[in-house]
Amino acid sequence: MRRKRMTDHPVAGALFVLPFFLVVVAFLVVPLGYAFWLSLSSRSLALGERFTGFDNYVRAFSDPVLLDGFLRVVVFGAVQIPVMLGIALAGALTLDAVTTRFAIAFRLIAFMPYAVPAVLGALMWGFLYSRTFGPFADLPTVVGGEPFDFFSTDLLLLSLGNIVTWAWTGYNMIVLYSALQAVPREMYEAALLDGATQVQIALRVKVPVIRQAIALAAIFTVIGTMQFFVEPYVMARFAPQISAGYTPNLYAYNQAFAYSDFHYSAAISFALGFVVFVAAYAFVLLTRKRRQS
Amino acid sequence: MNPARTRVPHLVMAAGMLYFLVPLLWIAIAATKSQPDLLSTPALWFADFNLFTNLAQLFREDGGVYGDWLVNTAVYSGVSAVGATLLAALAGYGLARFSFPGKRFFETALLGMIMVPATALVLPTYLILSNIGIVNTMWAVILPSLLSPFGTYLVRVYVTESVPEELLDAARLDRASELRIFWQVVVPMIRPVLVTVFLFTLVATWNNYFLPLVMLSDADLFPLTVGLTTWFNTGQQEAGTRVLFNLVITGSLLAIVPLVIAFVLLQRFWRSGAATGALR
Repeated sequence: MRRKRMTDHPVAGALFVLPFFLVVVAFLVVPLGYAFWLSLSSRSLALGERFTGFDNYVRAFSDPVLLDGFLRVVVFGAVQIPVMLGIALAGALTLDAVTTRFAIAFRLIAFMPYAVPAVLGALMWGFLYSRTFGPFADLPTVVGGEPFDFFSTDLLLLSLGNIVTWAWTGYNMIVLYSALQAVPREMYEAALLDGATQVQIALRVKVPVIRQAIALAAIFTVIGTMQFFVEPYVMARFAPQISAGYTPNLYAYNQAFAYSDFHYSAAISFALGFVVFVAAYAFVLLTRKRRQS
Repeated sequence: MNPARTRVPHLVMAAGMLYFLVPLLWIAIAATKSQPDLLSTPALWFADFNLFTNLAQLFREDGGVYGDWLVNTAVYSGVSAVGATLLAALAGYGLARFSFPGKRFFETALLGMIMVPATALVLPTYLILSNIGIVNTMWAVILPSLLSPFGTYLVRVYVTESVPEELLDAARLDRASELRIFWQVVVPMIRPVLVTVFLFTLVATWNNYFLPLVMLSDADLFPLTVGLTTWFNTGQQEAGTRVLFNLVITGSLLAIVPLVIAFVLLQRFWRSGAATGALR
C-alpha cells in the first residue's frame, strides 16, 4: 500500500527534484566532465592543443612539487585533525556533563570563530603572529630570549595548524555536543547508579554511542584539509617561503592563473578531487555497512 | 555535581574561552587605533580612540568601494542562500515523498555529491563560465553557490521523519494541487530545517573566498573577503605610501560582527542541523 501510494505521482515528484537536478548537472557534473576532458589534452607553443591521454596524470603523479605538497598536507592533517577533534570531543563531553551558565558562555564563545571568514581569520592570525602588530612574537624577549618567528619554516605548519584549529574546533564541538544531547539519558543512568564516575561514563558509554557523529566530523574535516588553500594563500604574504606548490590546491590554482596551464591544473584538480571523493565515500559506505550489520 | 568536582572542567573551559576570544578581542581593540598606534602601542590594550576616524576613512577610501563590497556580500550570500534553500526544499521533499525512475540512483549519488571537494569544481566552472561570457559578473558567484547537496540531504531526512504521508493524502483528497500542498502543508512543517539550510548556505557564501577570487576581476564586484585581502596586499606592497592596515582591520571587524551576532542568537538552528546530519 505504502509503495503504491508513493508511485502515484511520479511526474510531480520528478518535477520537484528537477530544478536541483539542473543545478547539479550545470555546476557539478559538467564541470567535473569538463575538467576530465581538459586534463586529457595539453597545449604547447610548438604543437598547439592536442590530445595527450593520461600524460597529465603521469606528469602529476611524478611531479615532485605536487607530491611534496600532498605529503605536507597529509602530515599536517595527521597531526592537526586528531588534535582538533580530540579537543572538540573533550569540550563536547564537558558541555554534556556540566550545565552551568559558565558552560553555556563557553559554548557560545567557542562557536564564534566559525562565523569569521577563513580568509579574515588567517589575516587576523597573520597580524597576531607578526612582530610589528602582534603581542606574541616578542614574548620570549621579556625573559631575555630570542623572539618567536611564527613564519619560519620550522614553525609555519604549527602556525597554520593553530589557525585551522582556532576556526573549526568550536564548530566540531557543537556537532558532537548535539549528537550527545540526542543520546537518551537512560543509557547511562544505570552506570551512574553503579557508582561510575562522569569520566568513565564519558569514555565507556557516551563516546561509543556517538562514534558515527565522530566519524562524520572526521570525514568532513579530511575533505576540508585536502583542499587546504585559504590559510597558506594568505599566510604567503607574511611567509614568502610558502611556494606556489605548498599545497596541491594552491598548486592547481597557480598552474591555472600564474602559468596559464589549464590542462595540467585540471588534471591536478580532478586527481585531488577523485582521491578525496573515493576515500570519503569508501569510509562512509564502510561505517554505514558496519552499523547496519 | 558538587562545586569541587566541576573546578577542573571550569578551569579548562576558562582557558578555552581565552583562546577563542583573544583574536576577536585583538581585532576589536585594533580597530580603534590609528595606523601608527597599531605599530607602536601594546597590541592587546587601547591607545587613542580612533574607531570613528577609521570608519569614516573606511567608507571613503577608493571612492567608497567598501560600501560596494558590503552590499555585494549581502547580495551574493542572500540570493544564494534563498535560492539554494528553495532548491533543497523542493528536491528534498520530492525525494522523500515521491517515487520516480532514477530516484534510487540519484539518492545514492547525492551522498557522493556531498563528498566532492568544492574547490575541485571552481576552476573548471570558471573556464565554462568564461566560455559563455559571464565571468566577472554577479551571476558567476551566485549560480555556483546554489549547489547544496548537503542541504537537499538534510531536508530529505527531515521530511521523512516529520511529514506524515497520510496528511499529504488527505490534502490530495481535498483536490489540492501538488504545488499547493508543498507550499501550504509541507513548508510550514519543515520550517526549522529550512532555517538551518538557509543559515548554512548564507554563511558558506558570506565566508567564501576561493570562488569570488577566481571569478571576479572588477573591484566593484568583490565581496568583503576578496576586497579586504586586495587592500591588505596593496598595503604591504606600498608600505608607507598608503595607510591601509587600519582599514583592513576595521573593515574586517565590521564584516565579522553581524555574523557573530547572528550566530550567537541562532545557535540552536545549527545544533538541530548538525544533529540531523550527524545521526543518520
